[in-house]
Amino acid sequence: MSLDRARPLLLPLALMLAFELWARLTQLQSDSLAPPSAILAALAAALADLSIPIATRDTLFAAFAGLAIGSAIGLSLGIAFGISRPIDRLMEVTVEAIRPIPSIALLPIALIALGFGYRMEIVIVAFACIWPMLIMTRSAVRSIEPRLIEVSRALRLSATQRIAKIVIPAALPRIFVAFRLSAGIALIVAVTVEIAINPIGLGAGIMLAQQALRADLMLAYLLWIGVIGYALNMLLIAAQRRLFGRAALAGDNP
Amino acid sequence: MNRAAILWRVASILVAAGFIAAWQLIANLRLVSPVFLPGPDRAWAALVRGFSSGDLASKLIGTLEHMAYGWLAASIAGIALGALIGSSRMMRAYVAPSLEFLRPLPVSAIIPVAIAMLGLTQGMALFVIAFGAIWPIMLATIHGFAAVEPRLYEVARSLQMSRAAVIGRIALPSALPDILAGMRLSLTVALILSVVCEILAGLDGLGQWVLLSARAFRSADLFAGVILLGATGYLTSIAVSLVEQRLLAWQTAAR
Repeated sequence: MSLDRARPLLLPLALMLAFELWARLTQLQSDSLAPPSAILAALAAALADLSIPIATRDTLFAAFAGLAIGSAIGLSLGIAFGISRPIDRLMEVTVEAIRPIPSIALLPIALIALGFGYRMEIVIVAFACIWPMLIMTRSAVRSIEPRLIEVSRALRLSATQRIAKIVIPAALPRIFVAFRLSAGIALIVAVTVEIAINPIGLGAGIMLAQQALRADLMLAYLLWIGVIGYALNMLLIAAQRRLFGRAALAGDNP
Repeated sequence: MNRAAILWRVASILVAAGFIAAWQLIANLRLVSPVFLPGPDRAWAALVRGFSSGDLASKLIGTLEHMAYGWLAASIAGIALGALIGSSRMMRAYVAPSLEFLRPLPVSAIIPVAIAMLGLTQGMALFVIAFGAIWPIMLATIHGFAAVEPRLYEVARSLQMSRAAVIGRIALPSALPDILAGMRLSLTVALILSVVCEILAGLDGLGQWVLLSARAFRSADLFAGVILLGATGYLTSIAVSLVEQRLLAWQTAAR
């Protein structure tokens, strides 16, 4: 049993050990690689002098703000499209024309309209988060047991009541899956925007470390970004299990 | 398509045309400064002008090349590695957890490392695009291999097929739907990373075009570039879906 637990860790540990040894033996001097011990030391130092915590706050703030705006838009459009077949059909061409635009292509537009900073990053993250939310909410709403809708008709619920009391609760487990995927996308897009152009957050930090030829600090940032991504994913999976039980994960096909 | 579907389609196109008309109206009334928002007429004119002078076409080809090379390299490497890992239970136990840890990593974070190793070059762009696009394909392949009906493996064992034969004749065809879905997903990743690399490294492509247009405040050219990028994303994804349908026709027929 203990071997089963340790097995996933074996490969990364062995790789790191081999790399550490190789770096020590060859007296590695490099702009792009650093031994794991130096990376961990750089990470500890950057955590202690608050440069990484501040960058993390900036990135997460932009990612979550964009996620909140984008998923709110995606959710409301998804519910509207899911409930009303005519609206969905009328908007089809418009949605199919806008959706394939890669979010990062909006970067220059956001840049000249809003300048550097949080706002342009939030706009781009929001744009990226709308689509998965819209499409998965739409299909979740559409697959609601039709008898539930009949019940709401029989009870003469108004449209808002029907959405609040029947549609959203019934579709919630799948909406949360969409939200989880959007959160991952939000983090990816935020870091990408920062790497490409925006001088704030973790993405800017890792670019700066690269330009300063600090390989240890650059790889420390990379490791930290990986940890943040992993932690966010784990947190949302745990929340999903807790809120909706294992049933919600059954229909979740990555 | 029946008549109702065609009518809905026409209505839907009319709605989209309505949005474009509204965009034109907003631009004409100068509700938003024309520096940020050119009307669709100016964007279209910039698109035509760019193509007739050949600039835009060469940028488009540049982006398509980055995307295609990176995506093809990722597809080959992803399927090969995925098959290697997915076909052996031991590899799955030891390697797959590390891959699961790497999966939520924003792949663009690898860009600075690639720049440090390879400089601002085509090779850097190819490496980044391939690295980013490999994940969906590799993980889908591993998943597809793991989900092969176990009795098929038993059949293979009793027929004493070699490992290569098992992979080529049983596992790959059975995992094909997963693999193709992964390849379609990674196409989007390849397009996004192409644009980012072109922006960062100034490589010939639409990413560089939109950035330079933005820097010079030539908003019509900028919108022309963005429209072209949207069209690229749309058409490449349709092309892969068509190939997918063709390759998987046997499966729907068998059901």
